[in-house]
Amino acid sequence: MTAYLDHASTTPLRPEAAAALVAQMSSVGNPSSLHTSGRTARQAVEESREAVAGALGARPAEVVWTSGGTEADNLAVKGLYWARRAEDPRRRRILLSASEHHAVLDPVEWLVRHEDAEVRWVPVDATGRTDLDALRAELAAAPDEVALVSLMWANNEVGTVQPVAAAAELAHAAGVPLHTDAVQAVGHLPVDLAASGADALSLSAHKFGGPVGAGALLLRRGTPLVPLQHGGGQELGARSGTLAAPAARATAAALTASVAGLAEETERLLTLRGVLLDGLRERVPGLVLRGDPTDRLPGNLHVTVPDCAGDSLLYLLDAAGVECSTGSACQAGVPQASHVLLAMGLSDADAGGALRFSLGWSSTRADVDAALAAIGPAVERAQRAAASSRSPRRRKAS
Amino acid sequence: MRVLAAMSGGVDSAVAAARAVDAGHDVVGVHMALNRNPSALRTGSRGCCTIEDSLDARRAADLLGIPFYVWDLSETFVEDVVDDFVAEYAAGRTPNPCVRCNEHVKFAALLDKGIALGFDAVATGHYARVERGEDGRAQLHRAADPLKDQSYVLAVLDADQVEHAMFPLGDAPTKAAVRAEAERRGLPVAAKPDSHDICFIPDGDTRGFLRDKLGEDPGEVVDVDGTVLGRHGGTYGFTVGQRKGLGLDRPAADGRPRYVLSISPVQRTVTVGPVERLAVGALTALDPVWSAPEPRGVVEVHAQVRAHGEPVPAVAELVGEELRVQLRTPLTGVAPGQTVALYDGTRVLGSATISGTRPA
Repeated sequence: MTAYLDHASTTPLRPEAAAALVAQMSSVGNPSSLHTSGRTARQAVEESREAVAGALGARPAEVVWTSGGTEADNLAVKGLYWARRAEDPRRRRILLSASEHHAVLDPVEWLVRHEDAEVRWVPVDATGRTDLDALRAELAAAPDEVALVSLMWANNEVGTVQPVAAAAELAHAAGVPLHTDAVQAVGHLPVDLAASGADALSLSAHKFGGPVGAGALLLRRGTPLVPLQHGGGQELGARSGTLAAPAARATAAALTASVAGLAEETERLLTLRGVLLDGLRERVPGLVLRGDPTDRLPGNLHVTVPDCAGDSLLYLLDAAGVECSTGSACQAGVPQASHVLLAMGLSDADAGGALRFSLGWSSTRADVDAALAAIGPAVERAQRAAASSRSPRRRKAS
Repeated sequence: MRVLAAMSGGVDSAVAAARAVDAGHDVVGVHMALNRNPSALRTGSRGCCTIEDSLDARRAADLLGIPFYVWDLSETFVEDVVDDFVAEYAAGRTPNPCVRCNEHVKFAALLDKGIALGFDAVATGHYARVERGEDGRAQLHRAADPLKDQSYVLAVLDADQVEHAMFPLGDAPTKAAVRAEAERRGLPVAAKPDSHDICFIPDGDTRGFLRDKLGEDPGEVVDVDGTVLGRHGGTYGFTVGQRKGLGLDRPAADGRPRYVLSISPVQRTVTVGPVERLAVGALTALDPVWSAPEPRGVVEVHAQVRAHGEPVPAVAELVGEELRVQLRTPLTGVAPGQTVALYDGTRVLGSATISGTRPA
């Protein structure tokens, strides 16, 4: 039996979402068609749009369907930058927290290489929280040159919740729009676009029990945005492409279910997470909880284990039927040292022993118990493996 | 046994892993990431370090139904194989990077990590055999197919490493049979071209690679009397026995081809001469490694100095840390830095790195 503790990577499809997906897929109709079938499909899309907007403090017209979180992030970062620079060519600077996801970092780096953008990194503290004073100083340094601030709602690796509303206030004071990558937060924390002050917010359906390949950008009304995709002019021209009615319905179903049970589910996850953390600490000397101890995603438990490599731990836990993650991106299957942990001030060695357990709606006490049963021997063995790689069997002098 | 199958993405290692599975072992596939900045796509038949290769390895593992991981061994690889390769050429020697990779990466870094993680053996797609002697100890032998035999590049393994090595292709009759087996098993890599040349020099231009690393270091090409025949851009561009690309302006007085006889990086000279001066009758070698019991006194062996070279009868003696080998049949193109592997029949006894040669 496998204990799946990697819900931050993707969480199982909720039954409500599966039912909506299948039902809508069996019905013909392009939502842009004018006949009855088209109108029926459009109705499904619009009801879904209203449900998503209602769950997240947005208006229906502020929901732009996308293929997922990465597209939403790209659309926001590039689209807002291009629009802002077009209005005022001096605005080429992007202020970015050092702990952003690659779906934000890489489009920004692309804009730097190809579109004359300039990036300023806003540091994070030891828990991964962005330094608002540093953000304020960056905005004050050149208020007329900043095009965009991007600050994630909650960190995908260490789970720390960011001060998005405060950052939005600072940005707006300088006339700068703020984008928030809320891919990890939506469905897991109360998220309200209007209350947050964010101008754009990215979400991904499969992180809260919807289907993979579906997401949205919430875009505050009247926020200028240059589209990435051109074509049929759907989504008020912000995102061309045939509207995916099954994806929209399933996304709405999953989000509605997530938000409806959020308070109880949070309590349940916090209890499970507490058992997991206490058990890990008992079994692994030197284990350190990373990220903010309390102000974090309820399902996220990120730890570092001393003197071992995260990929060895992953293998050993996988072999024992426990699935988790190092939390950081892979390049061709090789886990890389986490830029988030490095930004938080960890050494390469400490960052190398990272493990992220993430719980979700289908997690049970049995999953936690399985992880606790496996962790002791896995750590012991991974530490031995790390020690052996430090002292190779022989190295000849030539 | 719990077996770690090193999977390069090629046909041999895929079939080797499949055979280990068939033999009833508990197999996990591992692709070694050896290149810091892998290129996305394989070009031609060279190399085994691209992302495409790791995806091929992953697909083969999927098909075999075994877990698969990518392990980053690039640090060891760069230090012990690539840097060593450059340093050896800079010192006027001729290294074999595949030997070093087996010695330091596949059967050291990978094996050590595997053992520490609870594995009993590393399986690779090398063509060689591990047999058990009467004492129950593992012996390294040549592969059944003499054309594909790779025991030479494994001769650097010590007894403990051979004990933990598994070469499921050792009894394959031919490479064609292995390809046919891959096809039969439905492995998508069945028709993938063989890799050859040096995997970290994807364009095959070793001299250009070394020039980038070592810079221009011009010197003279001389004959055995010291007469200057031409100039070169760096001694690292030459190996003993080389005939082409000497860059000489005029032919030899006798009109016969000239070969590189020796390289002296300190004086920056490359000495050339006629083919008969290439014949080597004896050699010395250092850093001996034995998978068989260390020889005592003078022993009759067969010696091989190249991966696909002919073994020749020889007499070997270990004097302190130096191996002295008298060749009963002279060999040409023997260069310091190369590995000399010693055999007793099909069995590998051990190997050492050639440090000096004496003409026949």
